[in-house]
Amino acid sequence: MTTEAYRGPLPVKQPESDFYWEKAHEHELWLRRCNACEHAYFYPRDFCPDCGARDVSWIRASGKGTLHTFAIVHRAPVPAFSDRVPFVVAMVDLEEGGRIPTNLVDVEPDPAQIHIGMAVEVAFLDLTDEISLPVFRPA
Amino acid sequence: MTSTSKAAAIVGVAESDEIGLVPHKSALAHHAEAAHNALEDAGLTRNDVDGLLTAGYVNYDLADYLGLAPRYTDTTTVGGASFVIHVGHAVNAIANGLCEVALITHGQAGRSSRVPIPRDPNLPSAMYEMPYGMIGMPINYSMAATRYMHQYGEDRTRQAMAEIAVSTRKWAQLNPKAMMRDPMSFDDYHNSRWIAWPFHLLDCCLVTDAGAAIVVTTPERARSLPKPPVWVLGHAEHHDHAGITTMPDLTSTPARVTGPAALGMAGVTHGDIDLTMIYDSFTYTVLVTLESLGYCGPGEGPDFVAGQRTAPGGDFPLNTSGGGLSYTHPGMYGIFPVVEAVRQLRGECGERQAPDVSLALVNGTGGALSATGTIVLGVD
Ligand SMILES: [Zn+2]
Ligand SMILES: [Zn+2]
Repeated sequence: MTTEAYRGPLPVKQPESDFYWEKAHEHELWLRRCNACEHAYFYPRDFCPDCGARDVSWIRASGKGTLHTFAIVHRAPVPAFSDRVPFVVAMVDLEEGGRIPTNLVDVEPDPAQIHIGMAVEVAFLDLTDEISLPVFRPA
Repeated sequence: MTSTSKAAAIVGVAESDEIGLVPHKSALAHHAEAAHNALEDAGLTRNDVDGLLTAGYVNYDLADYLGLAPRYTDTTTVGGASFVIHVGHAVNAIANGLCEVALITHGQAGRSSRVPIPRDPNLPSAMYEMPYGMIGMPINYSMAATRYMHQYGEDRTRQAMAEIAVSTRKWAQLNPKAMMRDPMSFDDYHNSRWIAWPFHLLDCCLVTDAGAAIVVTTPERARSLPKPPVWVLGHAEHHDHAGITTMPDLTSTPARVTGPAALGMAGVTHGDIDLTMIYDSFTYTVLVTLESLGYCGPGEGPDFVAGQRTAPGGDFPLNTSGGGLSYTHPGMYGIFPVVEAVRQLRGECGERQAPDVSLALVNGTGGALSATGTIVLGVD
């Protein structure tokens, strides 16, 4: 099968994140949640960064959240992004808890059109046969 | 001052021979030149050095190049904050008899390096941020600045960032070693192109080739040397996240811990400080760091820097070298504000000398606003 040449940086998966990327590939967003302090957190690791407990689960996130902050990239940081500028980098506060890095898509890259606190929902970009990237768009 | 607050002194500081655009020098050459020049400034030689502190290289690689075999070694690496933190570590090592003459060196061919230094792709901050194009500090810091604007007002934040860019350039115009010495107007600032909104080009630090070094020694040794000792009266270090997306509060840096801690150790307060040097990776870094250090409250930074108060002739001298914004910035700039503070305390700064500097505060920031080191320096 011909691999479409995706030139951008791809995540280098780690054992504690394999499940996250497998689910993202199925277009589902999953989070780690602590059974001791009931706190959902990002990024995934096998203990709770808040209370230190090792009793943690995977939960499927609704994919809904609010925009915590953003910026509009005009100068491509590496050549792979040169045909994408201007684009929006963002952080989203998920409904279940946890803050996730992302791109805001389906919106004009114009600060007048983007509002911190706005409702957003997850979508998935298929970068390669193996990697799908969770991004967010206005809900 | 109590005797414990004079446990060690800075006795030598220098840059490498040439800084700015220096394609004919390697990063290690900048380390070596700066080390040589700082020891000369101190009136010491390489044979006196028994402690070595650096970041960016593993210490045995650097020591090998320099021909040193130290008995105290420290490679604390938390980005540009490292070198400010090294000053505190050198003081502790000297006070505990682990070494007598500590050499802190820095060197980066930030502009001319033949192979770029990659971010370790195994790190979570790389795995989850880089695929989105969150690569490089302008993009990371710009997201923090947007959040600040949301909380405290876009227009007044923008004005504060402009004030800082313009005032810092005025200092650089007085520094012969500064890379950017052309006048900068407020219009120049606002008309400069977008790098990552809300950052204009003139919100962002330079990318240069440069090195610097610092020599720290015992009080007894310091008093025997030609130049007046610059005492390290207080020092503190802190970090609370790595990538920008795990920063607990985008409008508050670890300086909220290190500022009060360093001032407390020195037994002084903000009002006692004559000169403030803040790692200015971006204009926003200065704004948020002034607040985090405790010079003013959250959201009060724009009022604090209004009216070119931080420019030459203003009542709050800030980043008198011209900073990372206009003087030099090879990547991990944190050693350079220490060099400038020492020179100001010694009264060596000529045209840009700030008036009556006897106490200075230096704050280095590393990573994505991840780590800070703060020191308080003074002269007798
Ligand atoms: Zn927990
Ligand atoms: Zn020889």
